[in-house]
Amino acid sequence: MNVHDPGPPGDSGLTVRDLAVNYGPVTALRGVSLDVPRGAVVTVLGGNGAGKSTLLRAISGTLRFHRGGVGSGAVAFGGRKLSGASTSAVVAHGVVQVPEGRKVFARMTVEENLRAGALGARDRRAAAEARQRVLTLFPVLAERARQRAGLLSGGEQQMLAIGRALMARPKLLLLDEPTLGLAPMMALRIADTVREINAQGTTVLLVEQNAALALSLATHAYVLEVGRVVLSGPAAELAESDEVRRRYLGIGDDRDEALLSGAPSIRPALSRWSA
Amino acid sequence: MTTFLELLVNGISIGAVYALIALGFVIIFKATEVVNFAHASLLLVGGFIVAKTHESVGFWLALLLGLAGAAAVGALIEFAVIRRANVISHSILAIVTIGVDIVLTTELTRQIGTEVLALGDPWGSEVLHLGAVNIPLARIAALVTASLVIALFLLAFKYTNWGVAMRATAEDAETAALMGVRRGRVSMGAWAVAGALAALAALFMCIFPTPGLDRTVTATAMKAFPAAILGGLDSTTGALAGGLIIGVTESLVGGYQSELVFLGRGLGDVAPFLVMIIILLIRPAGLFGTRELARV
Repeated sequence: MNVHDPGPPGDSGLTVRDLAVNYGPVTALRGVSLDVPRGAVVTVLGGNGAGKSTLLRAISGTLRFHRGGVGSGAVAFGGRKLSGASTSAVVAHGVVQVPEGRKVFARMTVEENLRAGALGARDRRAAAEARQRVLTLFPVLAERARQRAGLLSGGEQQMLAIGRALMARPKLLLLDEPTLGLAPMMALRIADTVREINAQGTTVLLVEQNAALALSLATHAYVLEVGRVVLSGPAAELAESDEVRRRYLGIGDDRDEALLSGAPSIRPALSRWSA
Repeated sequence: MTTFLELLVNGISIGAVYALIALGFVIIFKATEVVNFAHASLLLVGGFIVAKTHESVGFWLALLLGLAGAAAVGALIEFAVIRRANVISHSILAIVTIGVDIVLTTELTRQIGTEVLALGDPWGSEVLHLGAVNIPLARIAALVTASLVIALFLLAFKYTNWGVAMRATAEDAETAALMGVRRGRVSMGAWAVAGALAALAALFMCIFPTPGLDRTVTATAMKAFPAAILGGLDSTTGALAGGLIIGVTESLVGGYQSELVFLGRGLGDVAPFLVMIIILLIRPAGLFGTRELARV
């Protein structure tokens, strides 16, 4: 529960230092620092409007699509500065985001969606390998290759969105609420997949409202509230803390129960006013 | 019957040319969500370059120069004006393209003056006789070339990385960016391709039976606008269908003008717009459009 030790600078993972983000006159993040060491799964928890998606946008360089910008601070990955870089440069550096709400290209086929995922990569042989990996991970995508992505179920669309991101062979995968709107069983399946992707060597930064699920996956966790990091530490430690149990896991709930339910009942009290 | 067949083939031929222009409109709209009112001036640029260079370098090289020139002007408009799209609304950009159109058209019509410029095409005024049906060779060339180019374009749109990037950006620009697609490149490519298509269309609009390139060609080119709209501004299929519908309507109404004289003269020029209005009353998003046109 102590503020997480930032670790040595230039460490090969993702480092966010003192990041402030504004949307016009509105400040969405202030003084946010966090670390995602290489090979780890790190989660960022928080309610609606806490700034979780803003953080991911700042990392992947898509703030400009929302008329936002980095006010101060820096983002770096593998010692390379990402803040200020274009989204395509961020992707080229191996940082790939799966957007919130899946955002599959509904009018394109599953196959074409996967192809779109490889557009940033350019290396054909690597793309073929990545495709093989994705289809092994999600055999259902091979079965549905010629279907329009818009016709897939929610869970299948999430698999496609993750698979599409893996086509770019990311070193760091950013996941924005991958279990949002999915049935509990499907949410657990996505969680297993994230574990597997991580085991294959991809670092993961997971943004979630489903705190129980996220804490079960992650090694480290950060809690964002109104644009600031209010808590951080090893995930297991945070899961035991009174503060997190009360606000994100439900007061006095048996933790295992919360884990299984994977439920939206563990929403924080702060979540009413979304951005 | 013979007249009907002649009019029909002519209509399909000019319709294919309209489809070239409409396709340009559609891909610009898909890639940048801008309705490009400067399209007719791109066409004029292409035609003008061909007209001015064919005597010294020969027709085919001149055509190549015309295509490249119009593509370059298109890309330049994108780079200098449209790229600022992030801060301005798309309807304002549409109006900006009207400004670009006025500037380009004014300058080029000043250059052309009252002349009618020949484009030096190899088809001349030859007429092909198929039984009793007489079709100018230039119209056949237009039909064949436009069909080939359109087919090529659609295949590229479906199967190449360029096409996938283009469609992904059209569907969701932010998510496409997350795949590493460079939006600027996609939208500049769209403008360049649209410019080249317009230049090709310019050629076929200014050869036989039209006497040549003159200052009125932009007005003719504007007929491709209803073609794009009635097909649905965001649909390539719609551009094809719209082009053919407008071409055939114009040709038939023009050809049977004497029987329709109770409706007044010049009906052939008005008919495309009438058809557009009727179709939009029934299908507000156009025949194949998926988005509401309110988005324009």
